[in-house]
Amino acid sequence: MRFVFKTSYEQDIRLFRDGVAAMWYGVLAVVMLLLPSLLSSYYVGEITWVFIYGICGVSLMVLVGYTGLLSLGHAAFLGIGAYAHAYFLQHGVPWVASVALATLITTASGIVVGLPALRMTGIYLAIATLAFAVIIQEVFTRWEAVTKGFAGMAVEKPVIFGVHFNDAASFYYLCAAILALTLWMTRNLLRSPTGRAWIAIRDSEIAARSMGVNLAVYKSIAFAYSAALMGLAGALFAHKIAYLAPDIFTILLSIQLLLLVIVGGLGSLHGAVFGAIFVALLPPTIAILRDAIPATLSDVASTTGIGLVGAVGKTIGDFLKKPGVEAGFFGLILVLVILLEPLGMYGRWMKIKLFFSTFPMYKRHTFTRQKSYMKSERLR
Amino acid sequence: MQLTLNGLAVGCIYGLVALGFVLIYKATELVNFAQGDLLMLGAFVAYMAIALWGLDYWVGFLIAIVVIAVFGAVLDMTILRRVIGQPQFAVVMLTIGLGAMFRTFASVTWGSEIYTLPTPFSGVTNIAGVTLSHQYLSIIAGTLILCGVLFIFFNYTRIGIAMQATSQNQLAAYYVGIPVKLVFSLVWAISAAVATAAGILLAPVTLIDINMGLAVALKAFAAAVLGGFGSIPGALVGGITIGLIELYAGATLPEGFKDTAPYIVLLVMLAVRPQGLFGTHGGKKV
Amino acid sequence: MTFFRADNLTINFGGIRAVDDVSFAVNKGEVFTIIGPNGAGKTTIFNLVSRIYDPTAGRLVFEDRDITDVPPHRIAALGIARTFQNIELFEHATLLENLLLARHVHKKSTFFGELLFLPAVRQMELEHREAVERVIDFLNLQEYRDALIVNLPYGVRKVTELGRALCTGPKLLLLDEPSSGLNVEETDDMAFWIEDIKNLLGITVLMVEHDMNLVSAVSDRVLALNYGRPIATGTPHQIKSHPEVVRAYLGG
Repeated sequence: MRFVFKTSYEQDIRLFRDGVAAMWYGVLAVVMLLLPSLLSSYYVGEITWVFIYGICGVSLMVLVGYTGLLSLGHAAFLGIGAYAHAYFLQHGVPWVASVALATLITTASGIVVGLPALRMTGIYLAIATLAFAVIIQEVFTRWEAVTKGFAGMAVEKPVIFGVHFNDAASFYYLCAAILALTLWMTRNLLRSPTGRAWIAIRDSEIAARSMGVNLAVYKSIAFAYSAALMGLAGALFAHKIAYLAPDIFTILLSIQLLLLVIVGGLGSLHGAVFGAIFVALLPPTIAILRDAIPATLSDVASTTGIGLVGAVGKTIGDFLKKPGVEAGFFGLILVLVILLEPLGMYGRWMKIKLFFSTFPMYKRHTFTRQKSYMKSERLR
Repeated sequence: MQLTLNGLAVGCIYGLVALGFVLIYKATELVNFAQGDLLMLGAFVAYMAIALWGLDYWVGFLIAIVVIAVFGAVLDMTILRRVIGQPQFAVVMLTIGLGAMFRTFASVTWGSEIYTLPTPFSGVTNIAGVTLSHQYLSIIAGTLILCGVLFIFFNYTRIGIAMQATSQNQLAAYYVGIPVKLVFSLVWAISAAVATAAGILLAPVTLIDINMGLAVALKAFAAAVLGGFGSIPGALVGGITIGLIELYAGATLPEGFKDTAPYIVLLVMLAVRPQGLFGTHGGKKV
Repeated sequence: MTFFRADNLTINFGGIRAVDDVSFAVNKGEVFTIIGPNGAGKTTIFNLVSRIYDPTAGRLVFEDRDITDVPPHRIAALGIARTFQNIELFEHATLLENLLLARHVHKKSTFFGELLFLPAVRQMELEHREAVERVIDFLNLQEYRDALIVNLPYGVRKVTELGRALCTGPKLLLLDEPSSGLNVEETDDMAFWIEDIKNLLGITVLMVEHDMNLVSAVSDRVLALNYGRPIATGTPHQIKSHPEVVRAYLGG
């Protein structure tokens, strides 16, 4: 059992809690750097999706997890970033400038959405973001001069200062670097007055106001920053998906992003990354299991001679092949997480770490909350 | 005129689903995003009863309502009860997850084909040279009847008032002896029944398929917010408004506005009056 | 210069006149208490002073500056801090984060500076931490520093509420029923702290209180309210024996 002694204020401000934590993150960094040389390009591509979703997760975590403003239409910002970036690239704007412009445009739209949000609370804000997303999706379809509508827009791989990022590994490193940068910047904000102001807005607007926090300004900053990150993610998303179409950025994608932050663990940056791992890797996992389960079970059946096992395998395989099963799985996991582990994957990870660090004195009811009653959130 | 009737009818459907939203919200302060999918399940059950098993339309109607109402109550008792005390939007996500599961269940059970529901309302009446479809009239009539019943229920019966009390302060409701858990389950049952009725009334117009609920739910949600979340007459007014806007926009404005016009109106409304038409603006007293 | 003055303060809620033509003045460095039965309008006056409500009529003057129209989030910057009767702490943050947030009015960093966590920002964070630690020392909250508010007992939360108001570095401190919910020992501690706030920190205190022992122990002057109207002003001794106050509130 390790106890961290605090001897200076610096320790509370530092990025990493102590040397040991820093070392583990270092190990993680080394592993991530080595992965492209160890895995096939298919897997490298899938992990790149994790990075892109990770940036989206951080964006939504800032808005929903830290400031407490629910957005049901965040995929719209992703789309704005993606289309803007693709448009500028097609008109010959250099990559860095194009990404910067796309981010700026998305930030501006974030502020536009945020302004009326200042007067709205909770569920009204959520529905306003939903309405915004629906309208934006229609704009993507109709504004053919810019987005080419249903015909779609092809996006090539990035060329930055003459360097081509054509293969899976180089794009992987690009996305990893941007994710790391995003995490660092967001962590900086969160350990500064701005981050504290966001948490204050989430927990008690009245008290925040009495402490001098200008609610309008900080809510707008939250929207702007969140949108900016989505714009950045959108640019990378455009490259990864290689072909933009309006029916990518649907409400269902927004809900998938919300699922990301909840399953990952609301209120922590780790949660954003954990959630991204989950959301990015679940569809390919189902795709693999779809064929692997019937195959393995039929092997077992033929070696053991129990035909039932093979039949079970085939039923599971057929079930997984039906359309719409993926959405059902997402739904099921969402329900299970909210029911059984409201703190999400990161919460469970913390509990597991606590178990091992306090072994054998871990108490099973450490995290049991007293029975809580629903208080009206209308009067928050 | 035909258009108005059409818009009114569709608006009534939105209003009914919005009513379901508002009922659950008023009682438990949760937003049930699975409302549309309950609608869809209700329509499917009715289809099975009427088309597959050959029962009478009204019997099928009743069976579907009872089945889904019980389902709604069971949902509350098993799943939703456990999330009491969690922040509101965690529960919103829970219902979204449930809705996705319902859609997958429907997809696996009934496939992705489109089904038609036989109804006794397939005639038309001619009044003053205007052709009125019985289908649409039935929707409007059904909505009015349902709303009347619910209005009386909530304002003049003890259970209805108990529901309002529970929605404002759960702990206090426990203290005065209101069986809070039972009340919640009842609210869910009623809300599910309303959704089923909407689904069965809607089925002849849009035909039954697994995604019928999702599209309706989004617009109904907008309708509920337009009317002011927490106001029952508001839900209806909001629904009818959205229905009319949708149809008129589709007929008069260029393509693409049919779906977005209701949302634009919603945004304008929220910018001007953030609490909706009939909503109240509450704040915490410190 | 009067340190703080309320002139003819009135507010209506619908048909109810919660505060009716209340005027009082607070001198610098004193402890001024408002007493009265429940519903007399005491917390409403606080909400008026911290600008959560807008008065129907009347004026508020702080250090010769009319603050009647100042938006609520600018009040803390002017030097007025308050505690809340029903504790409005940030439940899911640690005690330290709650107190650090109170330093917001002294924030000098820019957004982009924070984004990159420049050395200047780091320096300022350490300064904020030092200021907060002084308050933690003053109130003996050391052992609860890293605890989440949801896990703390009520008495500690009350003290944290006080600490958070102190961290804003106020000139005028509004305490809303500081001893409600506290036992005898904790109330004694509160009395000592209020005295220290007045004498050591030089902060003027405007207080709403029910516990007459605490009122007599720390107050310099008292205002008694009933149904939103002032009925008497004076020293605690004068108020305690004032016939109308006795009839309306103290009884016996």
